[in-house]
Amino acid sequence: MDATLKKGLERFALEIRIGVLEQMKARGFGHVGGSLSITDALAVLYGSQMRVDPKNPCWAERDKLVCSKGHAGPAVYAALALKGYFPYEMLKTLNQPGTSLPSHCDRNKTPGVDMTTGSLGQGTSLACGMALGEKLRGHDARVFLVVGDGEANEGQVWEALMFAAAKKLSNLVLLLDVNGKQLDGCTKDILDTLDLHAKVEAFGFDTVSIDGNDIELVYNALERTRQGGDKPYAIVLNTVKGKGIAAVEQAKSNHSMAVSTDQWNEWLLSLTAQLD
Amino acid sequence: MELIYDGSMDSRLFKDILGKTIRELSEQDSDFIYLDADLMSCIGTGAWACENPDRGINCGISESNMIGVACGLAATGFKPMVHTFGPFASRRVFDQVFLSAGYAKNDITVIGTDPGVTATFNGGTHMPFEDVALYRTIPTATVIDITDVPMLISVLKQCKDLPGVKYIRVGRKNAAKMFADGTETPIGPAITLREGKDIAIFACGIMVHEAMQAANKLAEQGIDAAVVNFFTIKPLDAEAVKKYARQCGNVVVAENHSRIGGLYSAVCETLARENTAKIDVVAVNDEYGEVGPQDYLQKRFGLTAEHIVETAQALLK
Ligand SMILES: Cc1ncc(C[n+]2csc(CCOP(=O)(O)OP(=O)(O)O)c2C)c(N)n1
Repeated sequence: MDATLKKGLERFALEIRIGVLEQMKARGFGHVGGSLSITDALAVLYGSQMRVDPKNPCWAERDKLVCSKGHAGPAVYAALALKGYFPYEMLKTLNQPGTSLPSHCDRNKTPGVDMTTGSLGQGTSLACGMALGEKLRGHDARVFLVVGDGEANEGQVWEALMFAAAKKLSNLVLLLDVNGKQLDGCTKDILDTLDLHAKVEAFGFDTVSIDGNDIELVYNALERTRQGGDKPYAIVLNTVKGKGIAAVEQAKSNHSMAVSTDQWNEWLLSLTAQLD
Repeated sequence: MELIYDGSMDSRLFKDILGKTIRELSEQDSDFIYLDADLMSCIGTGAWACENPDRGINCGISESNMIGVACGLAATGFKPMVHTFGPFASRRVFDQVFLSAGYAKNDITVIGTDPGVTATFNGGTHMPFEDVALYRTIPTATVIDITDVPMLISVLKQCKDLPGVKYIRVGRKNAAKMFADGTETPIGPAITLREGKDIAIFACGIMVHEAMQAANKLAEQGIDAAVVNFFTIKPLDAEAVKKYARQCGNVVVAENHSRIGGLYSAVCETLARENTAKIDVVAVNDEYGEVGPQDYLQKRFGLTAEHIVETAQALLK
């Protein structure tokens, strides 16, 4: 991977993290853990992979993102703001009355958000329909689908995966955010999903597993998914919930956090210091 | 039944009372079993379930499966009580509840938290305005919208042993104090909170507090309003509906729900052949929910005491 590109994407990821915290600081609380675990993948997607035009968010043949774990909306919003879909200042309106940035992704409210999610599981089938639609229309657009490991408890996820493989949706890329945690605690204690790589592969996906917080590995894995073929692609992202802020990573309960403005500021400072 | 309403809020949170009562029911009855779908931390049952893995079952984020499993447990003699957020406890699992529980006669209690605008910052995807409508269509189901802490405790205890499908909608935050601690609220009969002759306000859930506030304001204008708590939306207390319709001749129904299919619909269905009263409603119009703080959402969707007052005044004109 080109060194300049890597540096640029790492910086983009850092800026997304800052944007996530800015949103939560303004409201006082938010889904910080699951937003930060998927940040690096979003940086690579919006920074190097997705064929999009921020000036024309509704361009039909654009690549599309379905963040099925819709509560990671703040990470998507930060990426979109930095790409220029809407003013950065708007990030401060997260969850305020009348906002365009609700806690869960909403395609009718936010420029650049491609699908409405929030009820876990549903985004998977929506992404399959979109990938099939692009194929039927003869478009070469691709669909990137972000799913949580807790979300993988939902039966609908597996119905969708079966569909994707059966219909040979090679323009679909599943990014499974395996941060090992869900709302009530560790996934292995709540409902052990066992070997997700083996399961997704057995469902017919071309599957790789990587450190999902390593920009270069994510980049290489995503480059691989451009080869077409007759299988949908899956990248199992082994991530850390709350990645980038040590205190959040270590917090026992980091799904949604409410902390003081001072605390958000301290965390923000630790990130801005890395901007060089 | 001792009414202690003075407009002040209870400091206790529904979520803590839910968790505490579930733990107590389990201690009292070895057939009682509680299932959740990765939302134990939202009602404070997580630590207890870890210590009692045979009676507190975390099903993970798989609500439909959870309902089916609960029904299977019912078939083996258990008394299951399941919890998840309102939209997932209703829309998401409707067919499983209808068939595996209702039709197959496997008795379960479903608790849906954060009904209507109380879903606040989780926003539109998590804001059920239609859960009551769905559950009302299940034959012989019991549908309840909780008003205060003593009612929540009393209803949970009753539901454990009641046959059929039971749906309880309740917030997780605190609510206005209504009844003295230890008050039992038998499922079924409506509860008259305030007598009146000019207009009757029928309310449930968080709208009971708004109705009481509205009645005070109406009294200042010389309008004598009755307030009746229809916390049991199904089976509806039809006698109370008819009695107050006749007595007052004007009825306002107030509910934290869509005007389609909820308490207002149930009241209209009851009064359709009576022709005794003019009826209007304070409820959510044909709209989806959105994100925001509860006070904003109550104004946005027209669910305040002021809306009740205005609707009552218009009816009486
Ligand atoms: C159908 C449904 N059930 C429950 C919830 C509530 N909920 C929101 S996030 C979450 C945990 C998600 O865990 P995971 O998918 O692993 O996300 P992450 O840890 O990456 O944030 C739950 C239970 C929901 N949004 N949708």
